[in-house]
Amino acid sequence: MSTTMSKPPKRIHLAAHFPGVNNTTVWSDPRAGSHIEFSSFAHFARTAERAKFDFLFLAEGLRLREQGGKIYDLDVVGRPDTFTVLAALAAVTEHLGLTGTINSTFNEPYEVARQFASLDHLSGGRAAWNVVTSWDAFTGENFRRGGFLPQEERYSRAKEFLATANDLFDSWQGDEILADQGTGTFLRDAKAGAFVHTGRHFDIHGRFNVPRSPQGRPVIFQAGDSDEGREFAASSADAIFSRYATLKEGQAFYTDVKNRLAKYGRRPDQLLILPAATFTLADTDAEAEELAKVVRRQQVSGATALRHLEFVWNRDLSSYDPDGPLPDIDPDVSGSHISEGRAQVRMYRDPLATAREWRELATANNWSIRDLVIETGNRQNFIGSAETIARTINEFVQADASDGFILVPHITPGGLDEFADKVVPLLQEQGVFRTEYEGPTLRHHLGLAHPDEVRDERVAS
Amino acid sequence: MSSTSPSPLHLAVALDGTGWHPASWREPVSRPRDLFTAAYWADLVAEAERGLLDFVTIEDGLGPQSSHFLDPDERTDQVRGRLDAVLIAARVAPLTRHIGLVPTAVVTHTEPFHISKAIATLDYVSTGRAGLRVQISARPNEAAHFGRRTIPRIEAYDSPAAREAVTDLFDEAADHVEVVRRLWDSWEDDAEIRDVATGRFIDRDKLHYIDFEGGHFSVKGPSITPRPPQGQPIVSALAHDTIPYRLVARAADIAYVTPHDAEEAGAIVARIRAEQKAAGRATEPLHVFGDLLVFLDDAPAAATARRERLDALAGQPYQSDALIFTGSAGQLADLLQEFQGAGLTGFRLRPAVAGHDLPAVTRDLVPELQRRGVFRHAYEAETLRGLLGLARPANRYAAATA
Repeated sequence: MSTTMSKPPKRIHLAAHFPGVNNTTVWSDPRAGSHIEFSSFAHFARTAERAKFDFLFLAEGLRLREQGGKIYDLDVVGRPDTFTVLAALAAVTEHLGLTGTINSTFNEPYEVARQFASLDHLSGGRAAWNVVTSWDAFTGENFRRGGFLPQEERYSRAKEFLATANDLFDSWQGDEILADQGTGTFLRDAKAGAFVHTGRHFDIHGRFNVPRSPQGRPVIFQAGDSDEGREFAASSADAIFSRYATLKEGQAFYTDVKNRLAKYGRRPDQLLILPAATFTLADTDAEAEELAKVVRRQQVSGATALRHLEFVWNRDLSSYDPDGPLPDIDPDVSGSHISEGRAQVRMYRDPLATAREWRELATANNWSIRDLVIETGNRQNFIGSAETIARTINEFVQADASDGFILVPHITPGGLDEFADKVVPLLQEQGVFRTEYEGPTLRHHLGLAHPDEVRDERVAS
Repeated sequence: MSSTSPSPLHLAVALDGTGWHPASWREPVSRPRDLFTAAYWADLVAEAERGLLDFVTIEDGLGPQSSHFLDPDERTDQVRGRLDAVLIAARVAPLTRHIGLVPTAVVTHTEPFHISKAIATLDYVSTGRAGLRVQISARPNEAAHFGRRTIPRIEAYDSPAAREAVTDLFDEAADHVEVVRRLWDSWEDDAEIRDVATGRFIDRDKLHYIDFEGGHFSVKGPSITPRPPQGQPIVSALAHDTIPYRLVARAADIAYVTPHDAEEAGAIVARIRAEQKAAGRATEPLHVFGDLLVFLDDAPAAATARRERLDALAGQPYQSDALIFTGSAGQLADLLQEFQGAGLTGFRLRPAVAGHDLPAVTRDLVPELQRRGVFRHAYEAETLRGLLGLARPANRYAAATA
């Protein structure tokens, strides 16, 4: 690299997504362990911490997925309660950030704020909240209010939910607890925790009962991709869990979102872009390519391929041959969707156009249904030797396709082990990834200021 | 000496801040500045486990503590603020091996779907040591923290309006527990099949909708969390009167009751057993634990002096729903055995000062009970159900389809 370059290389952020209920997770592999026992979570978290990762990430869905009116059975099904397993993981790790996905529709701010504040206390400042929204009556059937929220109001509720939670986090300044045994003064301020929030979605008041936690507030993640979602992130989030892990798409997303920050009085370094990324690692690039093909066929069985085609066709395609051509009939765009509890189906906004495009692709490449599903959906983001993967990740980050990656291994719980042992040391040698944790909290790892410093900065400017 | 050995009794400790006396935080042995750290709770639970106790409960609430029964106060001379009890329990679970972990959950404003998976997950992270203490909230200020409904103000406890309000809250609690329990059973134990030949991870015929419909909520299911290791983690509740006796008789594994003498203990047990029979659960095991607040010292006079000193610091004598015991471990052992003779199967001791009275329980009371042959010398089971002598229950849905 030229010494005249003045800009120092960006430091990469890395996180680990516990393999979840998508078909990227290969449960059929002989090495695949339990997806529910704590020992799997502990193994995964310890590997991430050994590799000096920024944080562990957990997704969440509040109703088991269904397709054609039946519980979807081809992928991993079942997962723990997010808060509870993260609190337990705080006991087996010391530095690793703990990021949980928590829904703003089927929860209430007082309860969620005290859970995150508690998690932040119990982990010594390592809590993060991936704020997600849903509105569907399908998920609502598991909750008191049912499907109460119109789709167009989900971000309005999410924004107000987060603002309300922030009011609660900020209702304690951090200096209220005196606990002076001699004078008998426990609280400096009788009104500690007092709050009033009046808004369209929440009208609450009283006293919050968890004192200020080490990070002030949990680190806030956002994962939505719509224009509204991007604005929400630009206004309120510390990081985005994005799905654009390729160079060009990543750069476009990165530029788009970072350019939205200025109008909220924020700097580009106050919002991190962290795409989810899959990988296949082997001794050589050629071996990795071969292995990646094998993994993709494990991820997409014939049955899985047909069910995935149904996301677009919205019809029962079980009579089709997954090794044969795509259906001649067009998708059903008339009524309700065959698949429930799955955000992925919303990506196909124009099913007729997608079906047309896929038929053309399949014909041009002589792809079967299964080939098509594999090629359009399951190509791993990083394939190669440790050297190749380390180099590519670094290139992507330095080229502003992201600020790092949330890695999604395909094997539970050992799928991160090899990455930790082989790729991380190379990134450390290049000086773009930490060799030791530099501070105790997740905000330290991510280079994010404490909310009090951000507030002071805004007041000063 | 009797030819039959005395039956063992069960022992739990109720953890609440620095202890149950409001001035407990001022004792030099207390660590009020550590209350919001994991290490504080890990130390308390480790001490309880050293004493081979069956379990600890952890108090909680959806608003600040208060010296008033239903209203908040603005006192600055007592501990205010607390961490979520389920998360404290989860945080200490990997650091302990045998002791049961029974956090409190308020059921009035919370979602049974969330509570069910939280306790199921606590059961996973503790490998079979989870329980739940359900609690209602009749506090108008806590309702205002949620803004979803108004809780009518209870002016006089014996008024018909108050009775109706309390009955409604306990009916909702019973529905809540029913949903929590059905969700725990909504996966059969062998639902995960990993059948590579057919590509199926689960046998979906072994997952069940619970289709609960009640006056306060409807819940479809199944849970997102598979059936926990114990099948059904322990459900417990504090009960002071007929309405809550009915709840524990219908829905719980353990009732905590507050008799002030052996005669009253016998009467309460009889009332709970009658409610149990009325609920059609006469043959099912239901523990009835006596709650006692304890000041324990080698010399009884020292315990009394400590109580007086703390009352003076608090500015008023501490009053409790439970009997307040002051005395030595030997005297307490006498009392527990007397209460046991009246039908109680165990005790939940509330340490007046956690830093003093918890070690007194584990280091003085427990050896005393062991000498008398009524308490374990080592943990004899891997799960909380096992410690309590409760079998792992069959799955209600598996039984229905077998």
